[in-house]
Amino acid sequence: MTYAADVAALARKDLLLELRAKETLPSMLLFVIAALTIFHFALPSGTSHAAALGLLWAAIIFTALLGLTRAFVAEREQGMLDALVLAPCDRSAIWLGKALAVLAFLVAAEVVALPAFAAFFSGLDGRTVAAVALADIGIASVGTLFGAMAVAGRARELLLPLLFLPMAIPIVVGGVGGYLWFLALYDAIFVVLSWAAFEYVVSET
Amino acid sequence: MIAARSLAKRYGEHRVFAGIDIDLRPGGFLLVTGPNGSGKTTLLRVLAGLAAPTAGSLRLPERHTVGYLGHEPLVYRELTPLENLTLFGRLYRLPERGARIGMLLERFGLWEVRHERVSTFSRGMQQRLGLCRVLLHEPSLLLLDEPYNALDAEGCELLDGVFDEHRTWVVATHEPRRVEQRATERLAFA
Amino acid sequence: MHLRLPTLAFVCTGLLGAAIALIFFYAPTDANQGFSQRIFYFHVPIALTSYACFGWGAWKALRYLRTRDERADLESYVAIHQGVIFGGLTLVTGSIWAKASWGVWWSWGEDQLVLFLVLFLFYCAYFMLRFSVDAGPARANMSAVYALFGVALIPVSFLAIRLSRSFIHPIVFNSHGPQMAGSQFFTFCVSLAAMLALFATLYQVELAGKRVDAHVRELRELLA
Repeated sequence: MTYAADVAALARKDLLLELRAKETLPSMLLFVIAALTIFHFALPSGTSHAAALGLLWAAIIFTALLGLTRAFVAEREQGMLDALVLAPCDRSAIWLGKALAVLAFLVAAEVVALPAFAAFFSGLDGRTVAAVALADIGIASVGTLFGAMAVAGRARELLLPLLFLPMAIPIVVGGVGGYLWFLALYDAIFVVLSWAAFEYVVSET
Repeated sequence: MIAARSLAKRYGEHRVFAGIDIDLRPGGFLLVTGPNGSGKTTLLRVLAGLAAPTAGSLRLPERHTVGYLGHEPLVYRELTPLENLTLFGRLYRLPERGARIGMLLERFGLWEVRHERVSTFSRGMQQRLGLCRVLLHEPSLLLLDEPYNALDAEGCELLDGVFDEHRTWVVATHEPRRVEQRATERLAFA
Repeated sequence: MHLRLPTLAFVCTGLLGAAIALIFFYAPTDANQGFSQRIFYFHVPIALTSYACFGWGAWKALRYLRTRDERADLESYVAIHQGVIFGGLTLVTGSIWAKASWGVWWSWGEDQLVLFLVLFLFYCAYFMLRFSVDAGPARANMSAVYALFGVALIPVSFLAIRLSRSFIHPIVFNSHGPQMAGSQFFTFCVSLAAMLALFATLYQVELAGKRVDAHVRELRELLA
């Protein structure tokens, strides 16, 4: 039970920070709408639904990336990961709290982006919405883990896309094809792996 | 409290220190001195359990009994002192959090500004808040890295008062005069 | 160590020579694809060796996380380094084969090739990670975690690429017949053994070099 309390305290801290700074979510929203607008002009008129759907997934991945590069900014600037790692809570709780916060931002951005997509292009079906929801879980878990790796490096903002994008390819395949079972499988594998691996990423001992 | 034998730390090919022995009993005070960049901070990080030693044996107390104050005060700048301490109070599972936090804020002269963001504070006030955070869970072992940094005269006196408490101390400083007479053990880096 | 490397190099040279002789003089010329099909005996063993490298690297990564032995970190790094080299060769040989068979340099219909592109991207980022973080246990930990993600990504990506064909590229290329004749299979096995021996040799050579480097630096530090 203390595990859940730790996770809740950490996730609440991130939401509170975002409420104060109002940086991540507004930029994600603007980015995803701007990206969809660009796609409208990039696609030839009368393009099929499938092509537009593919671009929706590209927009989601890059919007998530934008949020993920910001995920550990507060920790990095103040060396706060040290303070969190020293606390007696399980290290994986730090990952889960952060991943939940990332997930919240991602979902919030999509609550605007998906209706916008439906209006701009050729509508939206339930399967796609379900696929997006499943993909968000995988994106948030792997992205949070790799985000913690990237902030330890010198090339931070540059490093995260390099680490993350190859991992996102299966998500895009599952999403565009609407293979919900595949996305669920991806989530199952990489949520467990990220959860178990986070401790090693933030702690030397 | 701390027992270290021929402790060494190396980053890749760069050797930070080697052959360090420490025997610190409960109630002891280890003063670590040396110029900037001599390895004081790395040693404190190793003793805090934040960095792994490359060689040697090291026995440390349990994580929840250790308090570590680094170069940075280790508080969130966009949160208020109250929010910061509440977060850490939760993570350390303190019973009667509110009373303890109030007492500390009062003691370090931060009660009046408890609802203001840390980013508006001077460096000295941030350091005071850092001290509150590190004392919050009543650690028995305290590792302080340049604790007098940025503190004004009143802050320094408050910190002197903290050292009067019965705890075990490891203090790294390049300017040791203020705590010289408290030291029971000494370690000088070149 | 002093004995093993020359022996290994000798065995490797022998196997490579035998493989090349078999490929060009023993294996029958393919009825459909002709002479160019012989690149199959390079391409597929190199690809399989590359998997072996990544697998070995992940195994060493796991060993590192269990034992915190710096040597395991170095071994994991060297194995993945070799894996990326073999992976690059897979892309090149695959590309040549595609050109010879279908007249295009790249075919999204060839699962293995696409998978290697994904893996190549993934493992190149491994080097970026290593160059970006200072040497030490933190970097070793992260590298190990990333290497383990790599072996999890291989089957997941493979499945994804298989799935993607159903909606991107419905035509199935079947380039090297369902069954191999005995002589073909023998050639293939010798070639695979040769590539694996090449990996083992290069792995030992690179490791030996890295270890000598480390010793020299330690000595220099002691003298300073």
